[in-house]
Formats: sequence, C-alpha cells, structure tokens
Amino acid sequence: MWQELRAELHPRGLEIVTVALDSGGADAARKWIEAARAVDSPGGTPVDSPGGTPVDSPGGTPHPALIDRAHVCDELFGIVNVPSGVWIDERGMIVRPPETAYPRRPAFLDREIPADATPRLREAMEANRRLRIDAERYVAALRDWVANGDVSRYALAPDEVVGRSRSRPMEHSTAAAHFELGLELQRRGDAERAAGHFREAHRLQPENWTYKRQAWALAGNDRDRLYATDWLAEVKKIGAENYYDPFDD
Amino acid sequence: MLARSLDLAELRAVGWEARAEGLCKGERCVPLPAGADLRDAARALGMAIVEEPALALWAVGPESGGRALTSAVAPDLVLPDLEGRPFALRSLLGTKVLLVAWASW
Repeated sequence: MWQELRAELHPRGLEIVTVALDSGGADAARKWIEAARAVDSPGGTPVDSPGGTPVDSPGGTPHPALIDRAHVCDELFGIVNVPSGVWIDERGMIVRPPETAYPRRPAFLDREIPADATPRLREAMEANRRLRIDAERYVAALRDWVANGDVSRYALAPDEVVGRSRSRPMEHSTAAAHFELGLELQRRGDAERAAGHFREAHRLQPENWTYKRQAWALAGNDRDRLYATDWLAEVKKIGAENYYDPFDD
Repeated sequence: MLARSLDLAELRAVGWEARAEGLCKGERCVPLPAGADLRDAARALGMAIVEEPALALWAVGPESGGRALTSAVAPDLVLPDLEGRPFALRSLLGTKVLLVAWASW
C-alpha cells in the first residue's frame, strides 16, 4: 500500500523499507502479498492493508521488503502495533520514533455496514470505523520532512525522539523475554507451552498488540481455547478510539 | 535474546562482554562478583530473565528503567528480504528512510 507514495517520494530522496513482523517468515508475508491483490478483507482485522509489498512497485527497483521472524524490531524500537513508521535521516539518526503509519485513509474507516451483517460482523466493523487514523496529517508531515529535512518541524531532536519512545519498565522487559520464549517454543512445536509464555507477555504489557495478534495468529483454531479472547474483545476493553495513538506533531 | 546456558558469554549477542572490570558494552562497565552467571548479570543490568530450565533455554529481556530507544542513533539492523538475502539498514546512509513495520496477521 506504500507503492504510490514511494513512487512520489523516492526521487526526492526517501526510501521506504517495509519490515514484516511475522514469525511465519517469508512464506507468511508472501501469502499475504498475494491475498492483498484481491479486495481488502472485511471487518475482522483492522489492518486490511498492512504495509508495502515488494513486487508491485510501479517502475524502477522495488523498495526493500524485509522479514523479521523474531520480532527484533519490536524490542529495538519499541513497536507495539502495526503499521508503525520510524523516520531515519541521512546520517542514520532517528528523527521520529514509532508512530501509526498509514499512507492513506484506509477503506475500513468508511465502509458501510451491510444491512444483513451478523451482530458480530457489525460490531467488528463499527470498531474498525472508530479507529483513529490520521493518514492525511501523517503523510503531509512525511512530505514536509522529505522536502525540508532537518528544518522540518516534524524532524524531532534526539532527546525528544528518545523521550517520545515508549517507556520500558521491568514488566515490559519480562514481557519481551516471555514473548521470545513463546516464539522459540512455538518454533519447536510446543504450542501449549508457547501459549503460556505468550499469555504472560499479554498480561505484563497489555498495550502491546503485536504480542497479542502474533500469538493469536499462531494459535489458529485453538485461539479461543488458549486465549479466550480476540481482537474485538480486547479492543472493547480500551475503546476502539484508543487503539492507535493520535499523530502528535 | 535467547540463551542456551547461564554462561555470561551468552550476553555477547546483545553487545555485553565479560572483562576483568565486569560486564562491559563499549565504554560502559558494570561490576559483577566473581562467579556471576547470566542471572546475576541480568539483575545488575535491569534485564528480565525468564527460564525454561528443563529445556536448557533462557530468555533475557531488554534493559528496563528507561525508554525503548536509549539513543536516537538508529540501531544496526540487518534482516533478510523475501529471498533470504541479508539487508543492512546502514546501507541506506545518505538517504532518508521511512521504516514501516507491518504484519500478515
């Protein structure tokens, strides 16, 4: 979903690097890329178009599309939801920490709820419609930074970048350790023991949607049994309008 | 990071090295008592450690107490692309970068 913006801004000095936070690796990402060529999915998932695909680049070389099986970016940058964008300048300095990053207003914000929708689908679509996503302001800020560099008001000073990144109490360090053990045990085929660690990660850092959604996806049909919750139930606890932090310029 | 033992050398994966003066990362050194193991080191560094001793498997979380980003210098990130070729973020020095994390799930 980033191709258009990339085609516009690459000639002006911006590269877009997409990173799939996906324990399923390249296979999971590739499958999604093919599925994304169909129409985006209704309801259920709030990210109906979660990020760049490497193959559809209109003209020129494709942008780097990377795979992060171990979720190292979660820990390195403090990413807790997708899609998240981090801005890095020509000198390798981060000038904006992770923020919700949509290249345009996603279709699910405006999708009409069909009259014959089941109550559950209706609820999910209503939640999707209430997500706060200010793609227009985000992209305007990005264009401003690409045009003006350091003097852009959106390029933050190093102290502010650090200060705006997420706080990291001991609970979050423990959650990260549990999540990593969960991924490893899942890889070894021990889904039950993995789920125990994932549940601990969810309990210790409930605002980390990456931990939740990755674990639920790995559980497949066992999700209800292992976690007794889902995206909609969790979103209702906090209110859909709080699912994404608003863009703070 | 995952560890297969409680040996301090496991911490090399996250840049910490056992030296005479303690555990060091660059200029920064944290003193450790003689015979200290990974558990002691994690405690001294404010890192969580979660154990699966029956599997000889440990996970050490990131340093706590501050922010997720300890510095605005972008980390040396190297990740594979779809074909498995490693790509270094550093290779884009000289260009502005928007790094976008997404997921299939």
